[in-house]
Amino acid sequence: MKLIKAIVRPERLSAVLKALFRADVHGLTVTRVRGHGGESELEETYRGTTVKMELTEKVMLDIGVSEPFVDATIDAIVGAARTGEVGDGKVFVLPVEKIYRIRTGEEDRAAVTPVTAVEA
Amino acid sequence: MQRRVLFVLGALSVLSVSDAWAQDAEAAISAADTAWLLASTALVLLMTPALAFFYGGLVRAKNALNTMMMSFVALGVSGVLWVVAGYSLAFGEGGAFIGDFSMAFLNGVGLEPNGSIPHLLFMGFQGTFYIITAALISGAVVERMRFGAYVFFIALWGLLVYAPICHWVWGGGWIGDLGALDFAGGAVVHINAAAGAVVAALVLGTRRDYGRLALLPHHVPFVLLGAGLLWFGWFGFNGGSALAADGIATLAFINTMLAPAATLVVWNVIDYMRTGKATAVGAATAIVVGLVAITPAAGFVSPMSAVGLGAIAALPSYFVIQWRARTKLDDSLDVFAAHGIGGITGALLTGVFADAVWNGGSNGLLFGNAGQLGIQALSIVAVFAYSAAATFVILKVIGLVVGLRADKKAEGIGLDILNHGEEAYSDGEGAILLLDEEINGNGQAKPAPVKRVAETPVYEPASV
Repeated sequence: MKLIKAIVRPERLSAVLKALFRADVHGLTVTRVRGHGGESELEETYRGTTVKMELTEKVMLDIGVSEPFVDATIDAIVGAARTGEVGDGKVFVLPVEKIYRIRTGEEDRAAVTPVTAVEA
Repeated sequence: MQRRVLFVLGALSVLSVSDAWAQDAEAAISAADTAWLLASTALVLLMTPALAFFYGGLVRAKNALNTMMMSFVALGVSGVLWVVAGYSLAFGEGGAFIGDFSMAFLNGVGLEPNGSIPHLLFMGFQGTFYIITAALISGAVVERMRFGAYVFFIALWGLLVYAPICHWVWGGGWIGDLGALDFAGGAVVHINAAAGAVVAALVLGTRRDYGRLALLPHHVPFVLLGAGLLWFGWFGFNGGSALAADGIATLAFINTMLAPAATLVVWNVIDYMRTGKATAVGAATAIVVGLVAITPAAGFVSPMSAVGLGAIAALPSYFVIQWRARTKLDDSLDVFAAHGIGGITGALLTGVFADAVWNGGSNGLLFGNAGQLGIQALSIVAVFAYSAAATFVILKVIGLVVGLRADKKAEGIGLDILNHGEEAYSDGEGAILLLDEEINGNGQAKPAPVKRVAETPVYEPASV
């Protein structure tokens, strides 16, 4: 089991979600975040005040997946989020010790396998 | 001594001239008409900021300022160009197709009467129409057009498209001579802007996300606010177009109140019958469509005809919007459906409902004058064709010189930051204040090195 944490451009989120759903990855959490990466900072001016926006808007996806889904998930994210410009984001893959589904108490692989997939 | 005498003589002659002028003016200028047109001019000017809210709410948050600025910049650029040459090209003597430069820089436009109001006021009132017509087109090109190219575009479009068409209809040109009925600018403002909008959308191409992502309005309350303020301003647009504070102004004013009400009802009913929900964006759109449709008819039709006209006008625009969204035509904010289809419906129905009992002169189809409908149709076709062709040429020329489209990166991040250096919604988190020397690029501010040893105190950012 892995926790995949991806940070992508907000304007690519729709494409990423579409790619993930096509890869049968349905369980995920999305957070609006702000961060600093390799992008050059943008300057903004409000009346006489000039500021440098050091933090850029990004979207972070947290996806817990079982081993067979790891590669498909990464491919979906990387393929859909890439524009080729600096600032496209990162994908982190973290080992996971334990997963519980709150509703049923199922653990680990069963906990991250959608109910619909089991029934099918 | 001599100089003093000359001065006194000079002062006397100025006095006598202005006395004579005052008597002439009092004879022709109506205080009531002037008061109403002063108010109307302010009302119509407010419609451009209102349009900014209407359009601004309909785009995504990252383009909100850019979209609103497309309207606001017209207040400046078009406002200035109107007095430089626009007014003269529209209302100068000229010929059947365009005015001349006789009143450029307001040459000869003073406080003398023009009808029953001062000439200067007539010029100002007409200027507010010039401004909003250019801004209307922006709805077709939002979220992808470079701001600089847009400014060039509306500058040229006003002088080369609006001014001649305004001259055709109201400035003594050929459409007015034909007897086409356009009370407050159904053809001059709305059909004209819509033709420009369709061509502009086609020349620019679709937004990169169009047809692939859902492009949703980011602030529907702004859309409703804009529609409400447009309605308010439109009382000046239509009511003021009587150029007097009289019965016709009252008729136009009340029709401006009634027609959008009927459009709103019909629109919400169609919405409800099709989807089971009455949408707020639909309501705002309906108000604009109703206002557009009654514009050419406002001072020509009876109040009950206005209700009927408003109700009928909902149908074509509603279904064109449904259809347009499924095409490759990214007329992003449906300028064509609202102003083009709404304007054409209104202009044709003016030829149906015009009633000499109310307007004292012109009858339409229902009152025995079928020919009026043909004249209306001809004026629509002429305005649409000229505006479309001229818009195409202007955009192609600007495209060759400066480029029309924002680049891919700007479209992704949003035009607000890259074209305006601001964000509509910013909490300032992550913003670092730049001091003058940092902006100029000389003193690169380097933070003092922090030693990572046990006795290092808690880190505090260097004071600014």
